[in-house]
Amino acid sequence: MVKKLAKVSQKECVACGCCMKVCPRKAISIPRGVYAVIDPKLCVGCGMCAKTCPADVISMISREAEA
Amino acid sequence: MKKKTHWYDWLWIASGLYLILGFVNILFAWLGLICFITPLLISVIRGNKAYCNKYCGRGQLFSLLGEKLHLSRNKPIPAWIRSKWFRYGFLTFFMIMFFNMLYVTWLVFAGSSSLQETVTLLWTFRLPWQWAYTDGMVTPWAAQFAFGFYSVMLTSTALGILTMAMFKPRSWCVYCPMGTMTQLICKAKNRGEG
Repeated sequence: MVKKLAKVSQKECVACGCCMKVCPRKAISIPRGVYAVIDPKLCVGCGMCAKTCPADVISMISREAEA
Repeated sequence: MKKKTHWYDWLWIASGLYLILGFVNILFAWLGLICFITPLLISVIRGNKAYCNKYCGRGQLFSLLGEKLHLSRNKPIPAWIRSKWFRYGFLTFFMIMFFNMLYVTWLVFAGSSSLQETVTLLWTFRLPWQWAYTDGMVTPWAAQFAFGFYSVMLTSTALGILTMAMFKPRSWCVYCPMGTMTQLICKAKNRGEG
């Protein structure tokens, strides 16, 4: 199985924090109120954030593509 | 996985109560200023969107309606709603209508216009609302502001409920004028910190 990782389109993110609230690993933060940041070390690729994101700007990419 | 519940996860009750109180006594509408001032103060002082991210009761209310009560279709939002021109355009429109409301309040304050005991929905539809106010309770301009402010709150809730049902539960957050404004403040404050 290909391991996944959440990726935020920072330009389009509205920084609402919905993803942060649903993340079961607390892997997401919005440090400066401009866009969400995902910690790849904590992200397990469950896809909850992408499913919740009201702006639809989080995509699940494969870990290999990132590496 | 069961998540820890914080005190602020209950703020949806306050948001729901606010809408109900506006039907009882319009002067409660003044409390809505908290939802305007707090996010602005947080973004100006702390440079973040903790209000949206944690405390916004309205966002929680939409989550509740959409997720727990399954009232949302959970469809992706059309790309144009999250576009910059729409978000900034909606913020501009919202500000113009807000200042118009302040102008109407000022006219009543100056005595050139009399108190309108109506709530205007979607900036167009005037709903009779005289049951929520008894003449002479406060000075007329303070009552006028309450009617105007409640109109703003009810209108934005109506739009939020509509997009909650059509798209993802918290779709309102995408074009919420307060959210856009606080994000702009954060952008300006954190410029160059990449």
